Amino acid sequence: MLEKALQGSRRYWMWIAFLALVILAGFAAYLYQLREGLGVTGLSRDVSWGLYIAQLTFLVGVAASAVMVVLPYYLHNFKAFGKLTILGEFLAIPSVIMCMLFVFVDMGQPQRVLNVLLHPTPNSPMFWDVMVLSGYLLLNILISLVTFGAERRGVAPPRWIRPIIILSIPWAISIHTVTAFLYAGLEARPFWMTAIMAPRFLASAFAAGPSLLILLCLLVRRVSRFDPGREGIQKVAVIVTYAMAANIFFVLVELFTGIYSDMPEHLHYFQYLFLGLEGHHALVPWAWTSQLLGVAALVAMFFPQVRRNEKTLALACLAIFAALWMEKGLTLIIAGFVPNPLGEVTEYSPTLVELLITFGIYAIGALVLSGLYKIAITVRESLKAA
Amino acid sequence: MDESRRNFLKVAGSAAVGAAWAVPVVKALAGGGKTQTWPGGRAARRWALVIDVNKCSSPAVQRACAEACHRVHNVPHVPEHKHEVKWIWSTGFENAFPEQAHHDYRRDLLENPVMVLCNHCERPPCVRVCPTQATFKRPDGVVMMDMHRCIGCRYCIAACPYGARSFNWEDPLKYLDHPRPDYPHRTKGVVEKCTFCTERLARGLEPACVEAAVRVAGPGAMVFGDVGDPNSAVSQLLRTKTTLRRKPGLGTEPHVFYVV
Amino acid sequence: MHDSGKIIGGLVIFVAGLTFPFWFTLAAGQADYRPDPERPTGQKHCVEDTAYMKAWHMDLLDHWRDEVVRNGQRVYLPDKRWPCSRDEDCTGGFCQQGSCRYDMSLTNNCLECHRSRARFCDRCHDYLEVKPYCWDCHLAPEEE
Repeated sequence: MLEKALQGSRRYWMWIAFLALVILAGFAAYLYQLREGLGVTGLSRDVSWGLYIAQLTFLVGVAASAVMVVLPYYLHNFKAFGKLTILGEFLAIPSVIMCMLFVFVDMGQPQRVLNVLLHPTPNSPMFWDVMVLSGYLLLNILISLVTFGAERRGVAPPRWIRPIIILSIPWAISIHTVTAFLYAGLEARPFWMTAIMAPRFLASAFAAGPSLLILLCLLVRRVSRFDPGREGIQKVAVIVTYAMAANIFFVLVELFTGIYSDMPEHLHYFQYLFLGLEGHHALVPWAWTSQLLGVAALVAMFFPQVRRNEKTLALACLAIFAALWMEKGLTLIIAGFVPNPLGEVTEYSPTLVELLITFGIYAIGALVLSGLYKIAITVRESLKAA
Repeated sequence: MDESRRNFLKVAGSAAVGAAWAVPVVKALAGGGKTQTWPGGRAARRWALVIDVNKCSSPAVQRACAEACHRVHNVPHVPEHKHEVKWIWSTGFENAFPEQAHHDYRRDLLENPVMVLCNHCERPPCVRVCPTQATFKRPDGVVMMDMHRCIGCRYCIAACPYGARSFNWEDPLKYLDHPRPDYPHRTKGVVEKCTFCTERLARGLEPACVEAAVRVAGPGAMVFGDVGDPNSAVSQLLRTKTTLRRKPGLGTEPHVFYVV
Repeated sequence: MHDSGKIIGGLVIFVAGLTFPFWFTLAAGQADYRPDPERPTGQKHCVEDTAYMKAWHMDLLDHWRDEVVRNGQRVYLPDKRWPCSRDEDCTGGFCQQGSCRYDMSLTNNCLECHRSRARFCDRCHDYLEVKPYCWDCHLAPEEE
């Protein structure tokens, strides 16, 4: 079955070649970073986590969002998602791989990464993040290979896979909760130390991931003869709408607590994000664009006409994905470090090396995604033809 | 795949896993000698540092402290501000004590910088979050760094409420003219911070900053000792003078005290 | 068998390639090369005896590292006791209760006698392509 990823049209191979080039550039940039140290990034003593860890945070959400199609289908027999679930699982796998790669390139001593396993530390959320992410990757690989392999052979999947699929549902929730716990327990960073961090992460995950899934489904329908199903896509759109509404509500709730309490230690972060602090305003355009774009897209999605027209649906999903990337993949992490614990401001912007490595990892994710989707499409096409 | 190939892979896999267990067995056979502490080393139930802000207000004292510490520990002087490495340094009073300082505070306190360093908290958040226990708390209260185990994830930097930790963004050797061989320098990609001079305590000495402060500003400028001993100089100082700690509301229980 | 010429030819090339290091070294007359680390002069003995050190020095250093950094112990009492009556009997260490004891430090103990890492440690390590990362942080008294 896996060999299907190696058979494709000219267009497919052009795409793979393009990805390979981006990966090569990223790899060269990483070798440079390994040699010179992480100082080649825009990170600093004050802003010690930046683009890499922000991508980890965002992509864990995308990985977890597979549960939004798995849960209705396997737990509640929602047949409309029948053809979608494999695409959701095949999106989760490259997302988790990218998460792990982003952690790896962010480490100062990556060759020592096994120390996390050699010296397990249950009081550290980062230890648990490694555990649950690895487990989720293995779970998804196992589930998708077994269920899809069975489908291809035209038989029902073996009974023992069902409890494992059920396990993947709370596991998906846990990966993003643990990632939120990386931030939510730090008394040093009042911007992050809020109980709503985990719910907020989950809400934005369940809006961003399924939006991307919708876009991928529309793309799949465009480039192949496999149709993931209009009804399924429409129902995912409803899920995106509710999740985005929850996310925006959570953001407003956070704004209220920070602004109404009038506590400088909470206010300063929102000030930095939306107004600028002491003349520093690098994140202001991103923060406003993210929120305004998100609200506009959400309002659009309220209208069934927008959701039913697949062109406007695609636009709205793209807007939601972009808005949430700006929120979680950029502003949330960086703003946590401004101001620093002594009240000083250091700004952050990524360097070219950082961007090349980031694009390289996204290209690796796109490569794995393309291969897996190619397998899914080819198998489904041949099943339909048979 | 056919049965015999599958069987071969199963046996090979199990053999590989089984062979991994041989390593610790062989190492255990290595044997080795016994270890003990250095004779004449200092011990305490709980180390603490008291800085007299009034005596240490001059830039001369503060510079002497920072230079002594950084020289003795091969701390690099990195010119790029973003990549700074510092174990002890001077900052404004409002930066160190945002919860106490206000516009009409005591003039001399507001106008003079204070020294800040790792507080060696009793409940250190950095230790709580470190995924490999590369930073850990010793029984005598010192929050220690194991440079060999640090993977450079910088979670401890995110967790420290006092900004006390520095990461080696570049190779520190570039910025060390004459490193002292009797103490290792660090390599790029690990975190470092004040360790209460454990290597000096082990030989019965005072921490380098304390020695420098006393040399420049006289006795009592900085006092280091065992707060677990009620008769020690630090204990008596803490009982008789008014002291501040940084961000006490967070519950970290810092053990660097400031006499104001 | 079919294609026996190609298979046997391929096998010959493969075996030749695999054994290249051996016969090339023999042909170049280097077969009897042994790395020759510079021995310190004037010292009575090392912390442990030579055979033990050859086999276990990396393990010993790992053990010292953990004991010093993580457990706050700095003095080593070797398994093999070196008897002494005064500190001078224990080069690099001190005498306590009739046995030599040593500072568990690479730079301040081992390298006090083996003063140059290039002429001692590196001689064997380079020959065997072993790259310990001690030197990323620890300094030798003589850098040449």
